Amino acid sequence: MIWNEKCECMPRDELTALQTRRLQATVKRVYEKVPFYRRKMDELGVKPQDIKSIRDIRHLPMTTKQDLRDNYPFGLFSSPMSEIVRLHASSGTTGKPTVVGYAREDIELWADVMARTLCSAGGTEHDIIQISYGYGLFTGGLGVHYGAEKLGATAIPVSGGNTQRQIQILQDFGPTLLACTPSYSLFLAEALAERGIHPGDLKLKAAVLGAEPWTENMRAAIEKNLGIRAIDIYGLSEIIGPGVASECWEQKGLHINEDHFYPEIIDPVTLEVLEPGQHGELVFTTITKQGMPLLRYRTRDLTSLITGACPCGRTTVRMHKCQGRSDDMLIIRGVNVFPSQIESVLLEMSETHPHYLLIIDRVNNLDQLTLQVEVDAQFFSDEIKQLEALSRRIKHSVESTLGLSVNVRLVEPQTIERSEGKARRVIDNRKLS
Amino acid sequence: MIIQQVSVFLENKSGRLVEVTQALADAGVNISALSIAETSDYGVLRCVVSHPQKAVELLRARHFSVSLTDVVCMAAPNQPGALNRALKILAEAGISVEYMYAFAIGDRALVVIRTDNIKDTISALQHHKVDLLKSSELYQV
Repeated sequence: MIWNEKCECMPRDELTALQTRRLQATVKRVYEKVPFYRRKMDELGVKPQDIKSIRDIRHLPMTTKQDLRDNYPFGLFSSPMSEIVRLHASSGTTGKPTVVGYAREDIELWADVMARTLCSAGGTEHDIIQISYGYGLFTGGLGVHYGAEKLGATAIPVSGGNTQRQIQILQDFGPTLLACTPSYSLFLAEALAERGIHPGDLKLKAAVLGAEPWTENMRAAIEKNLGIRAIDIYGLSEIIGPGVASECWEQKGLHINEDHFYPEIIDPVTLEVLEPGQHGELVFTTITKQGMPLLRYRTRDLTSLITGACPCGRTTVRMHKCQGRSDDMLIIRGVNVFPSQIESVLLEMSETHPHYLLIIDRVNNLDQLTLQVEVDAQFFSDEIKQLEALSRRIKHSVESTLGLSVNVRLVEPQTIERSEGKARRVIDNRKLS
Repeated sequence: MIIQQVSVFLENKSGRLVEVTQALADAGVNISALSIAETSDYGVLRCVVSHPQKAVELLRARHFSVSLTDVVCMAAPNQPGALNRALKILAEAGISVEYMYAFAIGDRALVVIRTDNIKDTISALQHHKVDLLKSSELYQV
């Protein structure tokens, strides 16, 4: 089942010509409308007319998350606000989120690429889709939602959390597709088992899972415990949200919707463009977006590209499941977390730099965060109620910054291990690779 | 009349109390009174010792979080109603007790008290002729 055969199965030479035309239009647009890109291109001595083919993309400047922060909130928009119909945002490192703006055409294309994704997971207008991604500033819920409606399927916008309700809907509404994070699908499988509900009695046939890293072992467990096919999907809000790439029923890599999002793999250190098959950092250029097109956005995700035909019939390039990050970003319950966010929260509360350690465990398939903070002289009080208030204050600030619940543990000074004078900030016990 | 109590932050790990008492013993610091307040993850050790400043320095050198806290120590007769009388004086003066620890033996009961206002505590108790120990008396107990 292929939603948009014209685009997804386009002969390669036609696709290349289309990408070239679209890139040229995008470069012209941002050069004229976004001062940031005009300055960057002028610095590199590149003019829009220098882009003669898609291969010339390597002459264009790169964009980083820091650039988005520096231009917070709307500085990279290339449409006037009168044409921006929606904003989404993801959590930021210094309290400020990364904001993305969508023009009406962007919402349309997003729905189309998400319809492709759901279709490649076996979805049709006869399907009922339980959308258990969060709705809100996070792109997961609304992204899948619009795709489901575009497909003509029945969307259930249940959003995240409330396991009892999720299970009731799974039983009573008979959804055939489930959209959520991989860890949440495992959690649901366990909750079903606890209640003695057999997956065979549900109508689920597949799940589209993304927004956090997961392993082939997890896939095997999800497929076995829920009796479904687990389809890996990939996206990031800066590019569009979910719908950037998705596995097909073959599960041999994620097809990138490269008629909209042009991928490159670079060496994260030298920034040199690597050949297909080589492992490096994934970089995307949006070549059709209007509201906030990005040139060569560095995703920090490490992977490699797969060229060549897929048995499913799609001609688009595929990417392997992401295998780590080129920065220290963690993805916890679908939320992006940088250790520096915790650092800045603690710094706001104290004069000197407190030592801390973030420990991530996966308990019953859900990520749990524990933050250890050393109680040094500035934090110490001999009254328990003051220490408890301190611990609550840290918990509250961290939770409101990250949007994740966290357990705070106060520990003695010098108990967090330091190697060569530098403290280790994160212990990830989830064993994702 | 102000007594300097040494307070130490301790995680609930076996052997931590041994380390503190060992360090004090090695330095010849005597402990006159001691109490521990605990939560599920950590506790606060509070003690009155012969050489408070020295105790703080040597524990800091061992990376403990330590502070000195002003407390008072009153001596009451070891008989019914003695503590009650002292507490009434504080309540009437509008002083709140943060914590206290006490022990009675023979004809005397010694009570270490931390309140939200140590100076007022001392004047209220002295005004009502409650016997307060001087630091010089206590450090040498």
